[in-house]
Amino acid sequence: MEQPDQNIVTGLQAPEPATQAQPQAPPAPQPQVPSGPSDLVFDVEKVSCYYGAFRAVTDVSLSIHENEITAFIGPSGCGKTTVLRTLNRMNDLVAGARVEGDIRYRGASLYGKDVSPIAVRRRIGMVFQKPNPFPKSIYDNVAYGPRINGERSKRKLDEIVEHSLRQAALWDEVKNRLKASGLSLSGGQAQRLCIARTLAVEPDVVLMDEPCSALDPIATGAIEDLMRDIKSRYTIVIVTHNMQQATRVSDRTAFYSVLRNEESDTRTGVLVEYGKTQQIFEDPVDDRTKAYVTGRMG
Amino acid sequence: MSTVTQRADPAGTAGPARPLSERRPLGDRTFQVIALASGLLVLVILVLIAVSTTQRASLWFSTEGWGIFGKIWNPAANQFGALSFIYGTAITSVIALIMAVPVSLGIALLLTEVVPYRWARPIVYVIDLLAVVPSVVWGLWGILVFAPWIAHIYSDIGSAVNGVPVLGALFGPPTSGASFFTAGIILAFMITPIVTSLSREVIATVPAIDKEGAYALGATRLEMIRGAIWPHSKGGITGAVLLGLGRAMGETIAVALVIGSSATITSHLFAPGDSMPAVIANQFGEASGLFRSALMGLGVLLFVFTIIINIIARAIVGRSAEQGTA
Amino acid sequence: MAAITEPQLGPNLQEPAGWRRTKNRIATTAMVLAFVLAVVPLVFVLYTVIAKGISIISWQFLTSPIPPQVVPADVGGIGPAVLGTIEITAMATAMAVPLGILGAVYLHEYGGKGVLARLIAFMSDVMTGVPSIVMGLFLFSIWVLHFGFSGFAGALALACLMLPIVIRSTDEMLKLVPNPLREGSYALGATKARVTLTVVLPAAIGGIVSGALLAVARAAGETAPLLFTILTVTTANPNIFSGPNTAIPAQIFSNATSPYVGAQSRAWGAALTLIVIAFVLMIAARIVTARFTRYSR
Repeated sequence: MEQPDQNIVTGLQAPEPATQAQPQAPPAPQPQVPSGPSDLVFDVEKVSCYYGAFRAVTDVSLSIHENEITAFIGPSGCGKTTVLRTLNRMNDLVAGARVEGDIRYRGASLYGKDVSPIAVRRRIGMVFQKPNPFPKSIYDNVAYGPRINGERSKRKLDEIVEHSLRQAALWDEVKNRLKASGLSLSGGQAQRLCIARTLAVEPDVVLMDEPCSALDPIATGAIEDLMRDIKSRYTIVIVTHNMQQATRVSDRTAFYSVLRNEESDTRTGVLVEYGKTQQIFEDPVDDRTKAYVTGRMG
Repeated sequence: MSTVTQRADPAGTAGPARPLSERRPLGDRTFQVIALASGLLVLVILVLIAVSTTQRASLWFSTEGWGIFGKIWNPAANQFGALSFIYGTAITSVIALIMAVPVSLGIALLLTEVVPYRWARPIVYVIDLLAVVPSVVWGLWGILVFAPWIAHIYSDIGSAVNGVPVLGALFGPPTSGASFFTAGIILAFMITPIVTSLSREVIATVPAIDKEGAYALGATRLEMIRGAIWPHSKGGITGAVLLGLGRAMGETIAVALVIGSSATITSHLFAPGDSMPAVIANQFGEASGLFRSALMGLGVLLFVFTIIINIIARAIVGRSAEQGTA
Repeated sequence: MAAITEPQLGPNLQEPAGWRRTKNRIATTAMVLAFVLAVVPLVFVLYTVIAKGISIISWQFLTSPIPPQVVPADVGGIGPAVLGTIEITAMATAMAVPLGILGAVYLHEYGGKGVLARLIAFMSDVMTGVPSIVMGLFLFSIWVLHFGFSGFAGALALACLMLPIVIRSTDEMLKLVPNPLREGSYALGATKARVTLTVVLPAAIGGIVSGALLAVARAAGETAPLLFTILTVTTANPNIFSGPNTAIPAQIFSNATSPYVGAQSRAWGAALTLIVIAFVLMIAARIVTARFTRYSR
């Protein structure tokens, strides 16, 4: 694939140095060191994603800050979901998918030689576009994650289930029917169940792939409230088609677009601009960003 | 700016997280190996079947050479030519196909084109019931009820066409309830379900647009079937028929009970005969040495024939709905 | 201008007359006739089996020892054969179903489009067409000649018959489990084994069990593989691992050619038993499918 002739990436680095305050990855528990404000959780460096020979995304570089909500926006097909899925190695499941470049998670390379994708996903959870509750009871849905990670005590599981469902703002609605099937919930409830399920393993990061696109406005509002509530405990990256949503919930926004190569008639996604949400929407640097956020494109 | 979580390694209260770098867990790898081994079992078994039966049959192959296709099967004289059984298998299968294929196609078309959805399920139920009757029950009914009854019809037909040029040779005497033709009829009953259900699958892959196109031109149902369905389904139905053939060739017990167990080659369809699987089933108990090797050899021939037919048929039919989707 | 004097006004919207219409009618009648032709033998067989078998069936019949063939109908029964069928079929199921499920798991979850997986899938379809008598001969060569006749040898033969059936039907069921369920499990940090065991298989369990029940029904009715492996005897043998055994279909086969009315009656009773077993399993399979298949909202 050709090199894009235009790839303006602005607002990439926060003023803070790009070094992490504490090492992660070592198996022994570390002494608890409070991390400084806006610590970097992800450091994505010149990442390109391929499906076979097709280059879906080109040269993305950005950093995700701790305890912030970062939004990926952009028109369809610009690779935002692809980039999101590289952050928890879900693309490993697609045959022929390949990642070039470096992605560091709290200092450790996410695609390093000995890195276990299972361990990665344990720390970096994902909520999907269409709610996908397991055909099990509500309780078992939420308890699934802790159980596979070894938690056996019924008392503990009860606690975790209640705590997670409360965080997902679903507890009051389902507390009396935890044995009911997860499939019996409405769309908005099912998605909150999936969020509760994700939170039950107490991840570090929660990735969300258009979590509200299959939901009605009221359910969407509930999820957005939820995101704001849990932000202080998690780092969230959300892909969204809805610009208003991005302005409502996110601290930083990354705008992706599509680069077309006229000769080979191919498209590839690129990161156009990345910065604090307010700046992106009120005073974008790149013309393409300006065109998109004012509604003239996409 | 934000409240900071006080965790060194974000393991959380839900249990320890594995270290980020770690080999794939042993349990995961073991499971994959077990699954792979189970899959390979299919290939292993097929190879073992081929090898072990051929080995036991090698005595017959080496003793008779091409004589394995000889006409005479006489255990007392240590002569084992299989031609009469190959003939019997072929004849009964052909009779079965001639009767079963039109019926199966008719039912398949009935289900896909004629019958409204509500009625389709009971009809499929009936066909499934037909499929689940065990072979030995067909044989029991065949020899104790069906054969005696049809023997009268045979002898009536037989005496009627006695002396008539072609018909006499086919349907004339000798006649017996237990005969090639009876076996063929019972086989037809038994293979109808599989040919029906496979044909149905094949016909279901014909794109609806083609059918609608034919109707839109004012075609009657029959014309639509000939014009839109048949060209698409020809291949698949051929595969279904081949699978029915394979099933008919391999059917043992029902045939063993109603074919008459007489190793003869004759054009008289109402006469008793024998087939490969039937003779193996009937005579294996008393066999030893070359005799047993010969019966094994019949098994090998049967295995080879049916495997080849099945491979061709499956290659044509394909798996599930992988072909012809609009 | 002039008055229209034709007998019909307006377009002719009647059915195509004549030969076309007749051909169509004939075709439709032929299709219905085809169905009738298939139903008639079924009805006759079932009627005969029920009529001749019902008078002899009783708890005593199902549990009494097998008498010599000459003994009249009201004495004895097929007890040893019932025991044999239950033991042998259960053993075969215990071997074939787990291995078949695992094989299908390999094909669908691990093998993907690889050459080996496609070969195994193709050959397991082909294997469903291997005549059951060949399985019997195979087990005879490879087992009986070394270890003697036994119920276990028969179970092995039946298991070889059941294996490709279970693989195929389980594979079809795994295809129906929607991918988002798998992804949801992976995203929580599950290994592939866990995803399969805790989400995929439970979701597909209805169809898997149903397919397995149908395979059991098929195996319970098979005779040919048993002839070479269990050496039909008339005494009960609870030890499945050593010594010849008997089973219901094998017993029917040996009684069918008997000239004695008593033996024939017992054969009808056994046939009715077999049919009932097969039908019960078939109905159970339908119930399981209907009640336990729901994957997503």
